[in-house]
Amino acid sequence: MKLRLPLILCLLCGLLMIIQFFIPHPPFTNMYERLLDWAIIIGIFAVVIGLSSLIKIHYTRIVRKTSDAPYSMVVFVGMIGMAIIGIFKGIDSKWFEWMFQNIQVPMQATMFSLLAFFIASAAYRAFRARTFEATLMLVTAILIMFARVPIGNFIWQNIMPDSITQWQPDLPNEIAGWILNVPSMAARRAILLGISLGGITTSLKILLGIERSYMGSGD
Amino acid sequence: MYHVFAIFFIMLSIIGQPKAQDQPLAAVTGLNVYDTPNDDGTSITITWELSKDDEKINNYVILRSISPSTGFETVGQVPAKTNKYVDEKDLIRDSDYYYKVKASDDKGSSSDSQVSGPVKPLAQWFNADYKFLGIAVIVFCGIIIFCIYRAKSGQDFFIRKIAGIEAVDEAIGRATEMGRPILYLTGLSGVSDVSTLAGLNILGRVARKAAEYETPILIPACDPFVMVVEREIVKGAHIDVGKPDTYKEDNIYFATDDQFAYVAAVDGLMLRERPAAIFYMGYFYAESLILAEIGNSTGAIQIAGTDADSQLPFFIAACDYTLIGEELYAASAYLSREPLLMGSLKGQDWSKLVIMAVIALGVILESFGIHWISFFFHLS
Repeated sequence: MKLRLPLILCLLCGLLMIIQFFIPHPPFTNMYERLLDWAIIIGIFAVVIGLSSLIKIHYTRIVRKTSDAPYSMVVFVGMIGMAIIGIFKGIDSKWFEWMFQNIQVPMQATMFSLLAFFIASAAYRAFRARTFEATLMLVTAILIMFARVPIGNFIWQNIMPDSITQWQPDLPNEIAGWILNVPSMAARRAILLGISLGGITTSLKILLGIERSYMGSGD
Repeated sequence: MYHVFAIFFIMLSIIGQPKAQDQPLAAVTGLNVYDTPNDDGTSITITWELSKDDEKINNYVILRSISPSTGFETVGQVPAKTNKYVDEKDLIRDSDYYYKVKASDDKGSSSDSQVSGPVKPLAQWFNADYKFLGIAVIVFCGIIIFCIYRAKSGQDFFIRKIAGIEAVDEAIGRATEMGRPILYLTGLSGVSDVSTLAGLNILGRVARKAAEYETPILIPACDPFVMVVEREIVKGAHIDVGKPDTYKEDNIYFATDDQFAYVAAVDGLMLRERPAAIFYMGYFYAESLILAEIGNSTGAIQIAGTDADSQLPFFIAACDYTLIGEELYAASAYLSREPLLMGSLKGQDWSKLVIMAVIALGVILESFGIHWISFFFHLS
């Protein structure tokens, strides 16, 4: 029963959600709205679960004086500091706003800005022309970059012979457009079709109780 | 004297003539009101032909009443050059409503249309816009259930080799040999996302194998509910292989739900713990490349699987193996080799074949100017 009840609930809720998608009549729309309300209410408890996990992990590290303990101290200082100012001064207060704008936002921006450097390093590895596929990707990337960066257009218009630029004034953009709209788009749509079918199959496996790994019961 | 009278009358006639802007605005015509199709009976759609003075008009005001002659109240307004409005304001199902549209300019002039109605907002029992979607769901589910039934009756299915999934055992083995942990990430989505569920299903298989080898799995979660499910999965895997004492709850914890704070937490974990194998299975956003590049720099074997098509190139560039789209969903069945799960996988392949056949048929018919298949699959 411990296993069956969640499976029955899962099947019933899943079927109801599928049916309500196709039936816009009040009993089903009302039920959908009610279930969404429940999801929001349950979602609030996620804060309690998350917070308790966070406190437990970092408290244990501090008590055991592990090498990561200083980081855990930073977590507590940040968490308690923001909570105190938010509760006593309000989340619209200048203090809270100042801390958000001058501590959290710059830190987020710093992490995000790392992406630019990682794109360069990943591209360097991916574009090393060691195989036919990698060479193909390198050539495609060069063509796209040539069309999309301003210097590519400058080279085409000013350095290439007039006979070529007059014959095809916008050739780099046309090539890039074709690559993006035809082969790239075709591959992307094929992936999306597979994803959609995979999503249906996974949902069906869960609804029918064939896939139960997520319940933590193993096999 | 006659000249004076003549000039006086001419001036009077000029002053007395109505100015062009004083003429009433042309009212809208062709007012049509109808129950909005495929809804739950909470809206009425109003369409009209634009006034002949549309260029002078500031806006069209939509008026509604429960009586054809009195009690009209404003329910909304739209700017000039617009000839449609959907009224969703406090309508009662199965009640009669009358409408008229007032064309008004910014000088205060206005002109009412004829009253149209009565019309009742009605709730429909089937959304006809989704008819082909309904058929597709029935067909695909039918094919998948049929294949599951065939698998149940003992038929063996051939499934093509997927390098990324084949490498899962190798990655776990590597971590065991090196005596280092496995890092498993299920993305930034919640537990209601299908890709997260697929990632959790794979975690079940990975955790079982890791529990057999007594290799720890570290899982920093960004959603508390996902964390709870992950704990249950890993705990279940340890119990299943008869090693409940090797399960450590503290290895699976909530880090943060903020995207880049999560990235910082996971990157720090990678650099401190130096996991030998890293799995990225779920839905990822811009953090995918930062995580995968840091993981790459630690020398870990990395296997990614995501249905976020915009992040796939990053994972392909930075990871050793990548499960592309549907392979993420297939991984759980592939790893377990359970007949029922394999049957569902085969059903998915057959469904894909049906889609390919329909696309081919559509291309051929469209090429010959036959459009019914395009109209059938059109979503309004």
